Amino acid sequence: MEQFIQQLASGLANGAIYACVALALVMIYVSTDHINFAQGEMAMFSTYISWQLMTWGLSFWVAFIAAVAFSFVLGVIIERAILRPLHNAPVLSIIVVFIGLLAICNSMAGAIWSYLIKEFPSPFPKSSFGIAGVIGPHQLGVVVVTLIVLGLLFVFFRYTPLGLAMRAAAQNPQMARLVGVRVDWMLALGWGLAASVGAVAGIMVAHIVYLDPNMMGGILLYAFASALVGGISNPGGAVLGGFIVGVLENMVAFAGNQIEKATGIYIIGNGEKLTVALIIVITVLTVKPAGLFGRVVVKRV
Amino acid sequence: MPAFPKKLLWVLLALAFLVPLLHPLFPDVVSGYRLFLVSTMIIAAIAVLGLNLLTGFNGQISLGHGAFYAVGAYTAAVLMDHLNMPYWATLPCAAVVCFIVGYLFGLPALKLEGHYLALATFALALAVPQILKYKWLEGMTGGVQGIVLNKPEVPFGLPLSEDQWLYYYCLIVMVVLYWAAANMLNSRSGRAMMAIRDQYMAADTMGIDTALYKTVTFGISAAYTGIAGALSASAIAFVAPDSFNIFLSIKFLIGLVVGGVGSLAGSVAGGIFYVLVDNSAQALSLFVRNDLGLPFDLSAYTVFGVLLIALMYLMPMGIVGGVYLAWRKLRGVRG
Repeated sequence: MEQFIQQLASGLANGAIYACVALALVMIYVSTDHINFAQGEMAMFSTYISWQLMTWGLSFWVAFIAAVAFSFVLGVIIERAILRPLHNAPVLSIIVVFIGLLAICNSMAGAIWSYLIKEFPSPFPKSSFGIAGVIGPHQLGVVVVTLIVLGLLFVFFRYTPLGLAMRAAAQNPQMARLVGVRVDWMLALGWGLAASVGAVAGIMVAHIVYLDPNMMGGILLYAFASALVGGISNPGGAVLGGFIVGVLENMVAFAGNQIEKATGIYIIGNGEKLTVALIIVITVLTVKPAGLFGRVVVKRV
Repeated sequence: MPAFPKKLLWVLLALAFLVPLLHPLFPDVVSGYRLFLVSTMIIAAIAVLGLNLLTGFNGQISLGHGAFYAVGAYTAAVLMDHLNMPYWATLPCAAVVCFIVGYLFGLPALKLEGHYLALATFALALAVPQILKYKWLEGMTGGVQGIVLNKPEVPFGLPLSEDQWLYYYCLIVMVVLYWAAANMLNSRSGRAMMAIRDQYMAADTMGIDTALYKTVTFGISAAYTGIAGALSASAIAFVAPDSFNIFLSIKFLIGLVVGGVGSLAGSVAGGIFYVLVDNSAQALSLFVRNDLGLPFDLSAYTVFGVLLIALMYLMPMGIVGGVYLAWRKLRGVRG
């Protein structure tokens, strides 16, 4: 039982990370209908920036804020410079550009900081933090930080004029433009925010998975699964989907362990995590593409 | 894009068959290593050809063709390792296995379009190395260690070196596959495939069984890429799960985009291109470090990434298509 609760807690901590990346994906998807295949690599790059700042002597949280701000600027630049001119390009071109971004981020990080795996510090004090035997200090910290970030985003989108303008630009660009919202810049801001949220996820998860240029591959896949489970058109759903998928992932591995212990037959374990995500992605896409909380898209024929 | 000029094709083909025979004359230029490199280019060209059949001619986007390449390679490796099958017999087996796998993956893909299909295949590409390491398959696949194989032996006592024979073997397979693809595209089925790409609804209304065509195209495309995988298994004489990662699929995409989406000749050019860049990465890196004085290693993927983005702006039809258009413009042909 204690093991079960531990697994549940660590599932929630992973889920918080997936929720952040999934939210970043959904923020871009809702406003532009693009799936950002480079989201994970952008987050990884920001994580390296924060690592670099820390090795130059900055404290964790200063480096954290600087890296998140850097990601924001990077996101805005990528949208304005690379994606804006391709706004009406065919789907394949857009996807190719995202894959290009993925390759550039990954190889540049490898070129600048090498492919060696690096340790990444945790900002949360070891003692007096976390609940003994249930959840570790870092995991609890991750959940708290991501909840704060998600809360801030909610407040921003719900209660500020800028947030309202961004939602308007995403939902109905023509009407938003007519009432004076600068839709172009709202999309760029959305990209910036998405990149920042991704960076938060990257910096938080780096202590767990260690820092290397390929660290976000699996996490991106899980984030895709989360966004799809929650409904790729619904930000709240994506966050919830993140937690659901995070817990599900650990529960599947836990169940696999228990079965192996009881019967001695290995079916599924930690080694099959990505396969589980693949199955979730394909199942949701084919059975219920709108996800749990998404809008069903009706197309006029 | 119009078909490749036939005369040029024959000349290139004749050259491709004759060049290795020049080895005694220019041992340094036509070296064994160079022939091996060209063999890997041919293999890459076949893989890109497979992807092009699906994405370029049928309009289904796949970011996960590395998966079918892996299936082909492992099918060949397992058959050679466990059943002592001769290397040439593994090709049809790999083709059949990959056709079935591709056909089955094509079934859920029927419901997916554009971004979603890309997402599903991207997920497949990310998961492949793990699936290959699955414990129950370990007895067959050798787990993380992979399988070590023997290089193809020269048959009938032909006076060729191993590298030369490998080159001819790959070249013959590619010529056959290219010919088959060209004929298929030029037939009723090929036109149906392209009609589905261009106007799905109209094709459906005209009575084309779109579901059947899409799934079968997925299967054929996977079979092509799988054959390339099987060839690579015998060429490199080694398979291991981690070499079939997402970046393999990205390389195929590079070949597709550079050569030209929807161009058979372009696929070959694209395959040659990515192997070339991949292999000159070290020279490139040295050039950046020593001659430009920049303090980092430029990797092939930075070049690939920049190229992918730049091509989408400058030559959406790929380099072959772009050069062709420029040539027409120079000659003043309109339309």
